Amino acid sequence: MSVTVYIPCDSSAVSLGANRVANAVAQEAKNRGIEINVVRNGSRGMYWLEPMVEVATEKGRIAYGAVKTGDVASLFDADFLNGGAHALNLGLTEEIPYLKKQQRLTFARVGITDPVSVEDYVAHDGYRGLKNALSYSQADVVKHVSDSGLRGRGGAAFPTGIKWNTVLNTPSEQKYIICNADEGDSGTFSDRMIMEGDPLVLIEGMTIAGIAVGATQGYIYLRIEYPHALEILNKAIENATAAGYLGDNINGSGKTFHLEVRQGAGAYVCGEETALMESLEGKRGLVRFKPPLPAISGLFGKPTVVNNVISLASVPVILDKGGEFYRDFGMGRSRGTLPLQLAGNLKHTGLVELAFGATLREVLYDFGGGSATGKPIRAVQVGGPLGSYLPESQFDTPLDYEAFAEIWAVLGHGGIVAFDETVDLAQMAKYSMEFCVEESCGKCTPCRIGSTRGYEVMDEIVNKRDLDKNIPLLRSLCDTMLNGSLCAMGGMTPYPVLSALNHFPEDFGVKV
Amino acid sequence: MTEQKTMMQTVQTIVADLKDKPGALLPILHAMQNSLGYVPPETVPTIAKELNLSRAEVHGVISFYHYFRDHAPGKKTVRICRAESCLAMGGKDLESHAKKTLGIDYHETTADGKFSLEAVYCLGNCACSPAIQIDNDVYGRVSNTDFDEILKEQSA
Repeated sequence: MSVTVYIPCDSSAVSLGANRVANAVAQEAKNRGIEINVVRNGSRGMYWLEPMVEVATEKGRIAYGAVKTGDVASLFDADFLNGGAHALNLGLTEEIPYLKKQQRLTFARVGITDPVSVEDYVAHDGYRGLKNALSYSQADVVKHVSDSGLRGRGGAAFPTGIKWNTVLNTPSEQKYIICNADEGDSGTFSDRMIMEGDPLVLIEGMTIAGIAVGATQGYIYLRIEYPHALEILNKAIENATAAGYLGDNINGSGKTFHLEVRQGAGAYVCGEETALMESLEGKRGLVRFKPPLPAISGLFGKPTVVNNVISLASVPVILDKGGEFYRDFGMGRSRGTLPLQLAGNLKHTGLVELAFGATLREVLYDFGGGSATGKPIRAVQVGGPLGSYLPESQFDTPLDYEAFAEIWAVLGHGGIVAFDETVDLAQMAKYSMEFCVEESCGKCTPCRIGSTRGYEVMDEIVNKRDLDKNIPLLRSLCDTMLNGSLCAMGGMTPYPVLSALNHFPEDFGVKV
Repeated sequence: MTEQKTMMQTVQTIVADLKDKPGALLPILHAMQNSLGYVPPETVPTIAKELNLSRAEVHGVISFYHYFRDHAPGKKTVRICRAESCLAMGGKDLESHAKKTLGIDYHETTADGKFSLEAVYCLGNCACSPAIQIDNDVYGRVSNTDFDEILKEQSA
């Protein structure tokens, strides 16, 4: 019997040479006349160990990492196909503390299965949620999602059940499900990992959403920067359709759900749900006024559910095990788990799915292992480019939507970017304004003009010119952007800017 | 003239294939950029006519999105991530090194037509910063030396 070897097809693993390693392993096996079965899985999310090669043994999967092509011959010499000893042997994958300490619900299958195999997906508890959903009434499906306490994982944390309920109760011949896969926040990659590592969980989540609210068409709006995800999603959709899980008569239930992937074109603002819908309609990605809410008048004027990848990918486990099960994880009003993404200057970057409530410090040090450079971590930006910078004194804040709101910060999509002491926060604030200039859709003045003026003022400030005049000017400008912008683009750019100024005034030349 | 003819044929085939999709304009522009490398301005009137839009509307969409271009790029496009995670890991140095090595700034193409340089705001490779992308290939933890080697490999 041939041994199964797992080598990720995840694009981050590929960016570190996973394809070359996969080729080298196949070639070496051939040269030695050994038959092996190579599965290109998703990543387990321990990126400092990628490319990580796993071998299926009787005891369980044994991991080796980080593997370079030059290590392949010696791995065969060490009999790695039977879990042999080698300098890169990491032991049983499931026992690696980074993974073992996590609570993986949404990411339960990522790295374990062949991403595009429906058979593998079903063998690992896939499509159990859909099966339940098909036996419930529409209102009961929505009730499970409401009971779970799931809030939008894209960043806004709006209760998913309320959104679904509104669409369910808005009569229309045509309704839509949109998956927002325009994951543009720096420091985030959990959507990408799901789409590349377990796309069927997203497809199942969207199908359940469609059945729940009565929508027959779904779109995944995928950012152009993710070409690998596009390929894998399309293959998974094709396979799910062939297996009868998508199409006109899902599993013989008589229900219909069609799914199509549409690519964005490099506009960050299209991650905002109304700009996204404009883009899907073939227009410039300009933000719409609300109301009307997308749930009442969304894509092409029809009732539309717009949910983030992680929100939708969390639905199958909720429908499988029940809303109560999911709700039992977490703290306060933040229920369930949040897949955190550790990025930037950290030793152990990767994906950590935890119930809400752990502190930022635990995540940075117990999981992240401190900075990659070995210097103290000075600042951490949580929640993407529109999230606040947190100083060391705030590292004990629990990861909870409300606790973060209290310190004028956001959890957003769960991205955590660490900086060591070499960071200049005034430069970062200037960058935030520059990013807003670059990405503003231009519809509202506070964002369009405010960001340009903000960039100019920050340029004065980093050159230490007229600080007595420019610092108050920056604050006043941020106030206008915060209160006058149409969406989070202009409305939240002040978060990184003002948090940098408030917590690190010395970088702005302000005497403390 | 033949080149022009092929271009217009390509456009017509693409538009005929895709125009009945709901919200067809972006899929059409993507298909054009995939086959031609850019969206030639002379094709705008055809697209507009077929979709029953004004030329201004089509032009407005092309110019709104960073990804669409109205002129031919180099053979390959190098995208350097400028976002925070990469900045935390020396992205700024890599950016200057790339500009210096290629001898061009963003939105420019090398004299030999091999490479165009573009900025990108996050490749989702933040666990392996700094990151770059050349066409569809993503590279992580890129040092200046790595960059030179990647460039050599991609020039071959």
